[in-house]
Amino acid sequence: MDFWTLANALATGLLTGLVYGLSALGLSVIFGVIRIVNFAHGEIMVMGMFFALIMFRWLGLDPLLSIPLAAAILFVFGYALQSTVISRVAHLPDHMQFLLLAAIAVMIVNGSLLIFGPDPQAINISYSFDSFDIGEDLIIDKSRAYAAIAAVAISGLLLGFFKYSRTGKAIRACADNYLGAQVVGLKVDHLYALTFGIGAACLGAAGCVLLLLIEVHPYLAPGYTLLAFVIVIIGGLGSMTGALVGGILIGMSEALAAIVFQPSMKSAFSFGLLILVLLLRPQGLMGKSIK
Amino acid sequence: MMGFNMLADLTNKGRIGLLLFLAILISLPFWSSSYIISVATITLYLAILGQSWNLMLGFAGLLSLGHALFVGVSAYLAAYLFSVLGLPPVIGIFPAVLLAILMGMLIGYLGFRFSIGGVYFALLTIAFAELVRISVDHMAVIGGTEGLFLQVSEGDRKGVDLINLRGHPWMFYYLAMVLAFLTLAGCRSLLKSKLGYYWQAIRDDQDAAQALGINVFRYKMYAVIYSSGIAGVAGVFYAFYQNSLFPESVFGIERSIEVSLGPIVGGVGSLFGPVLGAFILTPLGEGLTELIDFLKSSGIIDPKSKLNGLKLLIWGLVVALIVLFKPRGIWPWLNDKLGFCRKESD
Repeated sequence: MDFWTLANALATGLLTGLVYGLSALGLSVIFGVIRIVNFAHGEIMVMGMFFALIMFRWLGLDPLLSIPLAAAILFVFGYALQSTVISRVAHLPDHMQFLLLAAIAVMIVNGSLLIFGPDPQAINISYSFDSFDIGEDLIIDKSRAYAAIAAVAISGLLLGFFKYSRTGKAIRACADNYLGAQVVGLKVDHLYALTFGIGAACLGAAGCVLLLLIEVHPYLAPGYTLLAFVIVIIGGLGSMTGALVGGILIGMSEALAAIVFQPSMKSAFSFGLLILVLLLRPQGLMGKSIK
Repeated sequence: MMGFNMLADLTNKGRIGLLLFLAILISLPFWSSSYIISVATITLYLAILGQSWNLMLGFAGLLSLGHALFVGVSAYLAAYLFSVLGLPPVIGIFPAVLLAILMGMLIGYLGFRFSIGGVYFALLTIAFAELVRISVDHMAVIGGTEGLFLQVSEGDRKGVDLINLRGHPWMFYYLAMVLAFLTLAGCRSLLKSKLGYYWQAIRDDQDAAQALGINVFRYKMYAVIYSSGIAGVAGVFYAFYQNSLFPESVFGIERSIEVSLGPIVGGVGSLFGPVLGAFILTPLGEGLTELIDFLKSSGIIDPKSKLNGLKLLIWGLVVALIVLFKPRGIWPWLNDKLGFCRKESD
């Protein structure tokens, strides 16, 4: 394997990893604040992908332009889901919450199966097969580059929102100290629903972006749920920068595994990495210490 | 056997109920179809696995989402030993179950050593199951993605050969019933033993249990060992009942979730919950398939419409409704209403 093969793989991995990071951000935000492990993560993202697919088929809209509407629709979906259903199981043990979300995941997968059928569907846009050639040997797909740029922009927006806006600060206050947030008069239920909505909106955006890179079908979802878990744990559950770093790490390690071993071994590589992190640093690379 | 003291837990009403239930189960093959027998066999198999899973979460408070791993490694090893080396499952079950237990011990050791708790432990179990699934995909010697098959001849389907586990569907049905009953009895005696009380102490408050001098690491390991051992036995049964093993259908995360559903729906921590859960969910799934077929054939639904997914959609809805409205599970609720058990241990 020569230097340029490696460089190409790493560049591809880095760009894919940025998209993974955006998706994992959605999981991290929800876990970090509401302490719910969103087992329907990949499923909600695939909803976003299907939405972008419909917009492309009907209006010929580039998936990147579908992002605002997909995010808005999934925000409403997430807000409603948290405030009507998930909030009702907040007092139940972990495994019951997990079961509820797994049941929701099953419903989303099979609902989309009923509507869209099992076959993979792809979109074909003007720049699908174009690439940026940097020098002689470094070749980067245009769609991947655009996807990564969009992912970075949205991730940045989200980080900024949580760091600087009043609502973002209020949400972080709920995450830091639930009781304290209530005492100072924050509407915690509303903020939780808002958080789930933001997480879901983030997944809607990630779904639109991902449609540039891969075909969509209902059974895609569970794999992406697991992938996001791996990323978030490696980065540190609840840490937003951790999710982004974890995404890049997994994207690049997948790309490496695909050229060093076989493409089908790439997720084994990620799970191996996960086990390693759980053993050596269970709080994740960027996480604060856990109980 | 201590397990037979189970009758002592039951009220008279409960004994009559159990008797009736057993009578229906034992007589089932004589008055039902081969289809119903196959559904009942799978139900009993899932009841065994539910019991095994419940032992970890319900007794000791350890959430496993990778139970398919224990079932799978044992199924694959027993099937491999039989098909390649000709070793009958009566002997093959020992290395197979041992492998399942070793897997459990490895995960337990790594997890408990570094005190990985709760959700993290659950994700560790998923990670191992997925890692093994992908590895088996790449192991040509046990079939890889092509699958591993056991030979079945026409004659095998008629006889009863418990040594090689070849035989009539009735044999598998009764074998599953005996195994399910032994598991239930075994779990009951474990729960009522000193070990069981240690587990419950750890489940309810690990720090307090440790402060009282319970070796938390050791007893959690015991929970994983017993649980993975039972799952291993079930795995051998599965291999010889199905006669075909594929990495995706054996180790997939759906399998692990399927195992956990029965006890959660039936009632985590109770003895009869996992059994009841299996007897609700499996027939429910099969019944929905039948219902949809019936509606199609009778013209109420357009027979040409593709309804892939409708069954699982409804099934997910039912599970969600149970979580929302009967979060303790069906068995504790049913028991309150009907009084089958003298105060189920809580």
